[in-house]
Amino acid sequence: MLRFENVGMRYGIGPEVLRDISFTLAPGSFHFLTGSSGAGKTTLLKLMYLALRPTRGLVHLFDNDISVTPRSELPALRRRIGVVFQDFRLIDHLTAVENVALPLRVNGVRHGEIDTHVRELLSWVGLGERLDARPSTLSGGQQQRVAIARAVINRPRLLLADEPTGNVDDHIAVRLMHLFEELNKAGTTIVIATHNNVLIEEFGHPVLQLDDGELTVRRGRQPAAEVV
Amino acid sequence: MLGRRTDLPFERDQSTRFLPWIVALMVFLGGLMFAAALIVADTVDSWDSTLTGRMTVQIPQAAATEASIATLTGKLEVTPGVTGVRPVPEAEARALLIPWLGEAVVNTDLPVPALIDVELAAGVRTDAASLAASLSQLVPGVTVDNHRAWLGALINLGRTAEILAFVILAMIAAAAVLAVIFTTRSGLAVHAAIIELLHQMGAQDRYIASQFQFQAMMLALRGGIAGAAAAAVVLIVFAWVGRGIDAAFLPPLTLSLGDWTALLIVPAAAVAIAMLTARLTVLRALARMP
Ligand SMILES: Nc1ncnc2c1ncn2[C@@H]1O[C@H](COP(=O)(O)OP(=O)(O)OP(=O)(O)O)[C@@H](O)[C@H]1O
Ligand SMILES: [Mg+2]
Repeated sequence: MLRFENVGMRYGIGPEVLRDISFTLAPGSFHFLTGSSGAGKTTLLKLMYLALRPTRGLVHLFDNDISVTPRSELPALRRRIGVVFQDFRLIDHLTAVENVALPLRVNGVRHGEIDTHVRELLSWVGLGERLDARPSTLSGGQQQRVAIARAVINRPRLLLADEPTGNVDDHIAVRLMHLFEELNKAGTTIVIATHNNVLIEEFGHPVLQLDDGELTVRRGRQPAAEVV
Repeated sequence: MLGRRTDLPFERDQSTRFLPWIVALMVFLGGLMFAAALIVADTVDSWDSTLTGRMTVQIPQAAATEASIATLTGKLEVTPGVTGVRPVPEAEARALLIPWLGEAVVNTDLPVPALIDVELAAGVRTDAASLAASLSQLVPGVTVDNHRAWLGALINLGRTAEILAFVILAMIAAAAVLAVIFTTRSGLAVHAAIIELLHQMGAQDRYIASQFQFQAMMLALRGGIAGAAAAAVVLIVFAWVGRGIDAAFLPPLTLSLGDWTALLIVPAAAVAIAMLTARLTVLRALARMP
């Protein structure tokens, strides 16, 4: 599904933010990603969702060696990845429904099929009342849920979420985690970056831990998917 | 494809609001300038054909006998390039002078030179001086007037105006191109985050570029139609005001087919430039993303 081999990453001529990162995510696995602020969680996720290219090392995604994959074939890979950005990146001029529908539009799904599906999902994350609201009029937690809905609407094969529960109370955080679990049971491989140790404890998935640019893997309580 | 144009929230984007106005202004000025250049070119061409098409041979009254006129006519008829020779009857020659001198003066025994109208084949430029020299050998004192003296200067002026009009047109076009490029670029900066997002969602470069291209087309089309319509109104009013003028040396001031074509070409070019700029700018920005 996803494999990193001795990946190193630096921004420009700065210091190496990530060093010798090697791990494998098996299909259908569920991982947390933790580390102190500035440890490189977002950078690692960006490498996973192909927004950055590593300065060294190999990234294999869906059985493609990214360094030799032609640029024209990357969009097809990206379509199978759902991303929840740390800063949401909702389009402020579109309504909540339109924002969530965006990945479907990009995928060429017909208009008629989009609407009900999107409204159902937004209702499920507790935004049934604010379907046609603009993101700027939503609370931080509500925006976050729109961003999550947008990331999962396409049933991605790989879901990468950067602090997806950072702005919501524990009750909603657990509800969102259940959404991710559902998706995971349906076959989606999931990585969730979080600072929330309570969630990590409660759900017990294996943890990718970043310290000072280096990665260690902790087994979870549950029988975890294979991790190297 | 049409349904997708709303992916990007262009309608509420301030930065693109001025594009139609800029395009309208440029198309208005460019359309007028193009039409003006065409009118000047037509006029100068008609002057030029007057110049090359006709000459007048003058015989001083003292030498103007029927025999000498017949000699000259015979000589002219065998001159290369001459397609028609017509001695002007004396009454007609006098009538030509009435507007200038008044009937009272002209109808006395004012000496009036005999005239022979000479028609030349299209495009033929016969040297008036050498023709006069050879005719003078037959009848002394004969002169040849090819109207060049005063019309020639006018034609030079007209040609200069024509060149100037096309230079200004080119400058307007360059200004329009720059305006469209800058407007599109600023729109792109505003939408950089959205472009990145669509890119991340797996949108092909072509898809994103065509969104911007479509948007640029709609904006430029709106401005182009408005500008061309305004220019057409000005030209129609101009032609209507000028319809009564019947100056011999001016062609009728009506909009020819060419003028209408000019009014279509200018907005079409503006739209094409806007679309191309949008497409290339977006594709260049996307090429920098992994
Ligand atoms: N675009 C960039 N250019 C230069 N340096 C960057 C850039 N993005 C991140 N960094 C640096 O890389 C390091 C890791 O940043 P990153 O955003 O990956 O951390 P993080 O673990 O996500 O932190 P947080 O928990 O605060 O979100 C930081 O030192 C940061 O300053
Ligand atoms: Mg981060």
